[in-house]
Amino acid sequence: MGYEPVIGIETHVELTTNSKMFCGCPADFGAPPNTNTCPVCLGLPGALPVVNGTAVEYAMIIGLGLNCEVAPRSIFARKNYFYPDMPKNYQISQYDQPLCVNGHLDVETGAGTHRIGITRVHMEEDTGKSTHVGEGGRIQAASHSLIDFNRAGVPLMEIVSEPDIRSAEQARAFVTELRAAVLRLGVSDAKLEEGSMRFDGNISLRLEGSEAFGTKVEVKNMNSIRSLQRALEYEIERQTALLEAGEPVVQETRHWDEEAGTTSGMRSKEEAFDYRYFPEPDLVPVAVDHQWRARVADSLPELPAQARGRYIEMGLDGPVATVISRDIEYGSVFEAAVAAGGDPQTVANWLTGEVTALVRRTDLSLAAGPIDGASLAELSAMVSDGRLSASAAKDVLAGVAAGEGPPAAVAEQRDLIQVSDTAALEPVVDEVLAANTDAIQKLRDGDDKVIGFLIGQVMRATGGKADPGAVTELIRSKAG
Amino acid sequence: MPVDIDIAKVARLARLALNDEELAGYRQQCEVILEHAALVQTLPTEGVTPTSHPLPRTNAFREDVITECLDREEVLAQAPERDGDYFLVPRILDEP
Amino acid sequence: MSDLADLTLAAAAGGLRSGDLSAVELLEAVHRRAAMTEANLHAYLTLDREGAARAAVGADAGFKRGADLGPLQGIPVALKDNMVTRGLETTCSSKILAGYLPPYDGTATTRLRAGGAVILGKTNLDEFAMGSSTENSAYGTSRNPWDPDRVPGGSSGGSAAAVAAGSAMVAFGSDTGGSIRQPAALCGIVGMKPTYGLVSRYGLIAFASSLDQIGPLARSVEDAVAALEVVGGYDPADSTSYPGAVPDYRSGLESGVSGLRIGVVTELNGAGIEPAVQAAVNRTLDQLENAGATIVQLSLPSVEYALSAYYLIAPAECSANLARFDGVRYGLRRLGENVEEMMSNTRAEGFGPEVTRRILLGTYALSAGYYDAFYGQAQRVRTLIIRDFQAAYEQADVLVSPTSPTTAFPIGARTDDPLSMYMSDVCTIPSNLSGDPAISVPVGLDDAGLPIGFQVMAPALGEPVMFRVAAEVERLAAFGVRAPLASSEVG
Ligand SMILES: [Mg+2]
Ligand SMILES: [Zn+2]
Repeated sequence: MGYEPVIGIETHVELTTNSKMFCGCPADFGAPPNTNTCPVCLGLPGALPVVNGTAVEYAMIIGLGLNCEVAPRSIFARKNYFYPDMPKNYQISQYDQPLCVNGHLDVETGAGTHRIGITRVHMEEDTGKSTHVGEGGRIQAASHSLIDFNRAGVPLMEIVSEPDIRSAEQARAFVTELRAAVLRLGVSDAKLEEGSMRFDGNISLRLEGSEAFGTKVEVKNMNSIRSLQRALEYEIERQTALLEAGEPVVQETRHWDEEAGTTSGMRSKEEAFDYRYFPEPDLVPVAVDHQWRARVADSLPELPAQARGRYIEMGLDGPVATVISRDIEYGSVFEAAVAAGGDPQTVANWLTGEVTALVRRTDLSLAAGPIDGASLAELSAMVSDGRLSASAAKDVLAGVAAGEGPPAAVAEQRDLIQVSDTAALEPVVDEVLAANTDAIQKLRDGDDKVIGFLIGQVMRATGGKADPGAVTELIRSKAG
Repeated sequence: MPVDIDIAKVARLARLALNDEELAGYRQQCEVILEHAALVQTLPTEGVTPTSHPLPRTNAFREDVITECLDREEVLAQAPERDGDYFLVPRILDEP
Repeated sequence: MSDLADLTLAAAAGGLRSGDLSAVELLEAVHRRAAMTEANLHAYLTLDREGAARAAVGADAGFKRGADLGPLQGIPVALKDNMVTRGLETTCSSKILAGYLPPYDGTATTRLRAGGAVILGKTNLDEFAMGSSTENSAYGTSRNPWDPDRVPGGSSGGSAAAVAAGSAMVAFGSDTGGSIRQPAALCGIVGMKPTYGLVSRYGLIAFASSLDQIGPLARSVEDAVAALEVVGGYDPADSTSYPGAVPDYRSGLESGVSGLRIGVVTELNGAGIEPAVQAAVNRTLDQLENAGATIVQLSLPSVEYALSAYYLIAPAECSANLARFDGVRYGLRRLGENVEEMMSNTRAEGFGPEVTRRILLGTYALSAGYYDAFYGQAQRVRTLIIRDFQAAYEQADVLVSPTSPTTAFPIGARTDDPLSMYMSDVCTIPSNLSGDPAISVPVGLDDAGLPIGFQVMAPALGEPVMFRVAAEVERLAAFGVRAPLASSEVG
């Protein structure tokens, strides 16, 4: 019998509010060190926190977007542990009475749809940033550290999943979907590389069919969705080997080493987990009444999963619908193109194919144009009425991306318009047929393969601009 | 009710570097105080909601507007040790 | 009265407005007094002579222009050294904050400056306001102006001693378990803890956040009212600040007690109270009854548990509040091999024994496995205490008791026995747990000539009736005695 992974993911997301969670300092990224600070976020003696009401609303937006219940009353707590970049040496967080509970997120993989439970979404504050000096910036070998408190106090949401995830691939799909949802909700920029979205994994193994949980290991320090999947795959392998050898899995926190592709145990002490939570006496409870909740719920944008369902109804196939629904920019260009009369599947195929390739190649930003809904709709119309061949359409797209103008103009300029007009094609076809009487005879004798040769001759004679469909029809009628 | 404190563990949690003699003294004093404080355990409180705060207030929110930050030099002038625009600390052994 | 330093705030404010005296003269008188008394009393940690002189000149200029900024304009006031003052050393009487110059002003400080007050300096306290005698200061004990061999009480002992001795006209302190009222009682002055949330805590260096309140120490009830008017009121920087307007306290001061029901709390009278203290309290009760009040005896059974609950809740909150003193951003740093050692060495060196003890107690009370039996249970007991108070206020307009079970005790008498020191606050702690206002008014002297305080407690935001009763107690007691060290003949 094999082992089944049991995985839960904790995700931290920084909110894009103007100011920090408990003070009026800017919450943005990239200011000179220690300039975005005040008595509150520096933990100066005597300073007191005041909750940013917009951050509460953003947290509620995330919770509702993840199908959570919003608690009518929630409180903040102090999570006590000493760390030099955490100014008060406690983090104001939520503990036993969080803002949002009991949600879920539906996730697609090749194996189908999985409903992953969301245990809770709670509010807390971020810490400052330590730079380790010496030995390549690694914490273990550093001689000392430098601290910048600009990030201290930035609103941070913690999203905790149920241990409903059963594979590393599902975990990857979950965080991908979660990131798309958060972006769509417009409350975080969710940048993995800047750390405004970060995740930890909890993973244990159990015998397939068993209901009991195995010993859990927490994996940290994955800074991309890909490394989360790799780290979990590594852990599944490591824990399987231990269990098969009859050795116990130790409950611990393990650190993912991206370069080595392995996890290793972190030094841990017996009291490491005694956070001594207690209700934050400097803050009063958050009470969300029915009206407030309803107002926020009504303002929620459409989420990726909902958009995906709608796209499938419009005729898209599942994988393409998933890709487009997860990306705000693709989604809006797609919707605009369809609204302007573009064929959904054609436009979607371009977006996920040629446009994606162009974006990668040329650092193009969809949002900035010039590829927009109108141009894709126009292009789609040109293909369906035969003015452009599928391959010429790609060239036109490149021209549009290069700023050469709208599709019709580009096609004109690059001389890519197809000739499908019978009157214009007839003399060329006649010429080709006259020069290839053998081939016509073969065709008449039933050798259908030869038609490709004849079409090719016509295409060559027209410099590739003839509509292959129209040419085929002409040849057949003339060959009789 | 006798109270038994693992004083060394508590001191470590509180980041207080105390020697054995100091630990023994504090342990004894804390136990005396806690034995007295344990009187609270003799009062029946079933079904009583704990009060963490005397004020029956909710939703004390701030508007999401940016206010003035402190002058970095004035702040760093108080630092026991700095390096340029940063606070400097000795090496950190652990991640949080 | 020959010496301006002995004026009440009310008299001085009148003189400043009539032009009979100037803020500069007033400040000079108070500075002369401080020069005479400080060597004996050590009420101050820092005297900001230049800042005070500037403020006095500014106040006088304001009066000349006809600008009236309120009752404290031109009045020399002292601040307990746990109130943050920008650019003026703020230590909380702790080595860990030696030399600390805050880059901001607390709200109370801001309001005092805006109100034209002349801030004299920072007064001594028990380190981080933890104590009842001011003996826990890292910078030396303050002494009682009635007898320099005795404590002034604490933790606001420096503020109380200064007001009693005339080296401040009014002072501010903080009261977490009686730290304004008990030293006021022991120094023969008025001391008042407002309703929780009435005065902003922004800029008050926290001891126990759910209990701390800033309040005035003054030479009369009227002076305390004036001081409260200036610092009180809603502050958006403190989420626990009471959002309503500050009511009118003055109009009731002359109303007397006729028709009021005054409740005597059984649990806070009698047992454990020094006979002279109880006698003075009883005499006051008789006077109040004669003045038309109805005296009712009330039992608040859970109040017997208040001290125990307090010694779990306050240390628990303090253990977190004091975690920020770690040698990273400000204050003391002691070297260490790594950051954890640096922090542990800094804290062990920087905190005195009482603070260390309370941090240990609080850390333990919150730690895994003990939270519910200690901290959690204390919070439930707190609920019961609040309920008992609410029930009592159905039957009485105010509740009364001695402020302190004893008069000022000799320096060193209780330092080896934390529990006996903690008993000093047995009568004051319940109001901190309930968040209600309370005031101490001097009502007499014991056989040794040491002052006795009478406590009036009221329901939340019941300051108007509390001040009304306190003003009558003050009139009836006709205390009017000054500390020996406050007279200019002694020095
Ligand atoms: Mg967290
Ligand atoms: Zn700030």
